[in-house]
Amino acid sequence: MIQIEVDNITIEAKEGETILNALQRNGINVPTLCHMEDLLPSGACRICVVEVEGMRGLVPSCSYPVSAGMKIKSRSPRVINARKTVTQLLLANHPDDCLYCNRSANCELQDLSVELGVRQRLYKGERTKSRLDVSSPSIVRDPDKCILCGRCIRACEEIQTVSAIDFIRRGSKAAVGTAFDTGLNVSSCINCGQCVVVCPTGALTERSNVEDVLAALSDPNKVVVVQHAPAISVTIAEEFGVKAGSDYDGKLVAALRRMGFDRVFDTSFSADLTIMEEGSELVDRIKNSGVLPMITSCSPGWIKFVETFFPELLPNVSSCKSPQQMLGALIKTFYAEHQGLDPDNIVSVSIMPCTAKKFEAKRAEFSYQNRQDVDYVLTTRELAQLMRMTGVNMDQLPPDSADNPFGERSSAGKIFGASGGVMEAALRSAHYLLTGDELSELKIPALRGSKDRKEVFLEVGGTKIGVAVVSGLGNARSLMEEIKAGRDDIHFIEVMACPNGCVGGGGQPIGVDREAVKERMKTLYTIDRDDSLRLSHKNEQVLRLYKEYLGEPLGEKSHALLHTHYRTREVLR
Amino acid sequence: MTTNVDAILAQYDGAQRDSLIPILQQVQAAEGYLSQDAIVRIGEKLNLPTSKIYGVATFYNQFRFQPQGKNHFMVCRGTACHVKGSGKLLEKLSQATGVEPGKTSRDGLFSIEVVACMGACALAPAISISDHFYPKVTPSKIDQLLVEMRSEPEKN
Ligand code: SF4
Ligand code: SF4
Ligand code: SF4
Ligand code: FES
Repeated sequence: MIQIEVDNITIEAKEGETILNALQRNGINVPTLCHMEDLLPSGACRICVVEVEGMRGLVPSCSYPVSAGMKIKSRSPRVINARKTVTQLLLANHPDDCLYCNRSANCELQDLSVELGVRQRLYKGERTKSRLDVSSPSIVRDPDKCILCGRCIRACEEIQTVSAIDFIRRGSKAAVGTAFDTGLNVSSCINCGQCVVVCPTGALTERSNVEDVLAALSDPNKVVVVQHAPAISVTIAEEFGVKAGSDYDGKLVAALRRMGFDRVFDTSFSADLTIMEEGSELVDRIKNSGVLPMITSCSPGWIKFVETFFPELLPNVSSCKSPQQMLGALIKTFYAEHQGLDPDNIVSVSIMPCTAKKFEAKRAEFSYQNRQDVDYVLTTRELAQLMRMTGVNMDQLPPDSADNPFGERSSAGKIFGASGGVMEAALRSAHYLLTGDELSELKIPALRGSKDRKEVFLEVGGTKIGVAVVSGLGNARSLMEEIKAGRDDIHFIEVMACPNGCVGGGGQPIGVDREAVKERMKTLYTIDRDDSLRLSHKNEQVLRLYKEYLGEPLGEKSHALLHTHYRTREVLR
Repeated sequence: MTTNVDAILAQYDGAQRDSLIPILQQVQAAEGYLSQDAIVRIGEKLNLPTSKIYGVATFYNQFRFQPQGKNHFMVCRGTACHVKGSGKLLEKLSQATGVEPGKTSRDGLFSIEVVACMGACALAPAISISDHFYPKVTPSKIDQLLVEMRSEPEKN
């Protein structure tokens, strides 16, 4: 520890840390724009400047290390003026569109302007009028609102190693763009939405389906069915200011009913179903020397990533549809038959923590008899908007439970929402499938938490099995390189495109709040700890579905409804 | 076409990303522009995403991404030409052809490129059209040239 002086007060700082870190830890807020936690500082925006005694110019605190005895001024008129000027320059060519902007009241640029007391347009820059990029089913880009902070580019390149976007051109024409400035849909973008959650402004948003869902809800001829993903109930309350990690499962179901959804189902049910199919597929591959390691297929951003960057590994990817698509397929077939509904009158909506799910729902592979399995996908953020629009207040509603038969779930299906959860659920059931016995300890701690890579080796019924879990596509890429290079001690791999899995998904609340993500994760595991049903293969409704409709895992019906195939994507990588 | 790119890339075995600009320059010199295909190959060679290469290439004014037009205008924007009104000239040319600097018209008749200084300051403002040099160009000279080019019979 060293001592530094800030605004005439002595504070402790760690050797080598940045001024920004030291100040924040000591209760001094410093605005940042280009800075991203866990990534190297870029020092590009200069909103975070402070005065350091002995230095002529102002110093960007996010990228400047402390040193013993350093004297800093963090709120001198010079500092505040400089920050104000940076903000005013950013506003110079910004559209004054707050009233019509998706990010109003949740925008870092707006906040800066408010905090620094910017009350008029000081500089009038040339306003560029770019076209919206609405080519992607997941993401809308509005370049006019971009302040060139570079966060999206870094998320895409450094965390996801996709590099679909970069700075293009320069000067007043500089922008964030794809190779050859095409629409996102023809770039190498895999729709994960990690760029959206880090964007400080309204330049990147999800492609909204709120209006479509509202229209369906008000159409008396439609039966509107909704499913909610495992990570939604532990996140949605944050959108309304409730502390991170609160589980609103029952209230969420009640709110969905109140908004007019005719049936409310739980995607965790089909997560259990996925375990039955995927677990059986794994056992089959191991017993019959199929292609190994097998890799999970629940994360559509990951699937598009393999199709784009590792097509040679497509045979390794499980043929199981994702839980969203399995449930979607069942709703318009089995459920429709069972309830005497015309599948053409069903509107199937899903609430997902994910922008890539919007893309997945539109894939041609995910239709049956020319009907898409899922019609509309809403992110956590859009669900919150729908609740606000319709005036439904979860807090005042008594909890309710989801509809049968797709309302029952095991907590193994619920932990799908955290990176490592699918693997843990799968091992619980694979153990049973291989040995006929249950694991003596259901909790597998080595698969939990936020590490870049989690690997576990265990013996199941005399077979030695190696499993690995990665989240974030940069981590997935390095593991895939190892597999391609011939690594063969791993039999099963779980990949989630977003860091930490769905709890950190690209459709979750704006701003990647590491603590909040951790809390969501923790709550999922608390739910699992306290649940009486912790095994997918013990889900009565799943078993009944097999008995009455599907037959057996990997059977003919399963293959038609619950399995799929993939394709190589030729795009500009 | 691709053989050009291959031949150039062959000179850069083991090259790192700092070779990007020289490679782009060489490819453009050989092919007249940077095609999508060329950028993909360069990316594979240097292990760089195409978005990054495109980003770097668009940072500099010298690169184009469409083949040159039948009449390729190079407009000098050096200081002397600037003083003598090359800005207006460029604007005029752009307007009359409907082509932005760096681009090529749909019919392939015209393309425009902006260059730093041609070294013909005494003859400012200077342009060259498909390597043919024109000194002290006026807007009306541009009009006249365009009329001639447009009435030129289609050659096959
Ligand atoms: S991005 Fe922010 S500042 Fe810009 S219009 Fe939207 S809310 Fe307003
Ligand atoms: S959605 Fe993901 S892949 Fe696409 S541009 Fe954003 S970060 Fe990159
Ligand atoms: S799109 Fe958003 S995150 Fe990306 S550079 Fe612009 S403002 Fe920053
Ligand atoms: S946040 Fe420090 S320079 Fe941008």
